[in-house]
Amino acid sequence: MPLVYPKESLSVFPKHLTPGYRSTVKRSPSKPLIVVPHTLSELTGPVYGHDAIQENDNDLTRQHKSEPLGERIIVHGHVLDEDKRPVPDVLVEIWQANACGRYVHIVDQHPAPLDPNFTGAGRTMTDKNGYYKFITVKPGAYPWGNHHNAWRPNHIHFSVFGHSFLSRLVTQMYFPGDYLFPFDPIFNSVTDEKARARMVATFDLENTVPEWALCFRWDIVLRGREATPLDTDKH
Amino acid sequence: MSEITPSQTVGPFFAYGLTPKGRCEWDPNGQYSWKETVGDNLVTPDASGQRIHIEGRVTDGDGKPINDAMIEIWQADAQGRYANPRDNRALPNAAFKGFGRSATDKNGVYSFDTIKPGAVPGPNGKLQAPHIVVCIYSRGMLRQVYTRLYFADEAGNASDPILAIVPADRRGTLVAGKEKDGPNGTPAYRFDIRVQGDNETVFFDI
Repeated sequence: MPLVYPKESLSVFPKHLTPGYRSTVKRSPSKPLIVVPHTLSELTGPVYGHDAIQENDNDLTRQHKSEPLGERIIVHGHVLDEDKRPVPDVLVEIWQANACGRYVHIVDQHPAPLDPNFTGAGRTMTDKNGYYKFITVKPGAYPWGNHHNAWRPNHIHFSVFGHSFLSRLVTQMYFPGDYLFPFDPIFNSVTDEKARARMVATFDLENTVPEWALCFRWDIVLRGREATPLDTDKH
Repeated sequence: MSEITPSQTVGPFFAYGLTPKGRCEWDPNGQYSWKETVGDNLVTPDASGQRIHIEGRVTDGDGKPINDAMIEIWQADAQGRYANPRDNRALPNAAFKGFGRSATDKNGVYSFDTIKPGAVPGPNGKLQAPHIVVCIYSRGMLRQVYTRLYFADEAGNASDPILAIVPADRRGTLVAGKEKDGPNGTPAYRFDIRVQGDNETVFFDI
């Protein structure tokens, strides 16, 4: 059953221009975006096989000689479409700062130590049920230059593929109860409260592994839903 | 009310995870220890069709290079077929994926090596001119922007149904100019992306 990608679903996305996040001022389109119909080019997208993944690509604590410092956490959940059906066999990539809030990227030179046992990149594929799982350490808060004394809440960057190029999502996962939420212009660029809450993982005590790792659950809902008879009128 | 997960910026530090290749010049240790998932060379040994090189500079509202952008492209093969089950026509280019990823360098320049795509069916049975769907992510962008790359040497552009919707005075921003052939006689195209301002590239609301 072919999926459709109604633009109305994008209503929860942040606006391109959000002046509180300063770099959007010069990097947001100023002219109107042109509305065009979805063709085969938009309705298809890259498909990755499980051969794109190697063992331990999803375990960011086992990529070096020793384990990194920090709170070991499991991050897991399901990738779903707008009808809440699982999106199986899709690629999920993550990247993050270390437990001190420092990225290995050379442009991050702020005075927090690097961890010789942490790069901070991972990838996995969802299984038949759309389920994914990562093992990592909780990233620290990170200072940035947007405004005086600006700090990003703890976050993990996610890149997710769905059924089509339009369902492609790049976003950030946040942690429950973060005291920095009220002050972060990126988090607050999402103006709908329920939509903001969808970017925040839930603490998953049931799947915590005793004496080993805390667990957070985070489901990701992508564009794409089954067509209804009404939709066929629009194309 | 939409229940999808909202987008957030890709931020300035994606390279070591998403585009590690070619980034080693930034790392004092010589390289990031992570293998790329997908790179900027889409050519597979069995792919039929014309090999081409695409290059361009991405600039912001002040005309300054955006040196921390990620560009993704999605295209059909030389026969105009997509490597996706939704396109159920047979694939002669079995391994050609049609998907590539590149990061801009310190001059704001990205590049791809690929196969020139064939024409793809469009709405109402009309054929679309050969094109590549281009998606841009960067720090300062809270959501990706989509555009299309058409080729200056394709007569089909004149009857492309999507280009026809674009205001005539902005269509040129979607056409990659032909440059001098590369070292092996590989045709080269230039596709600059101006995110904001003078001669702003057309982006699609899709």
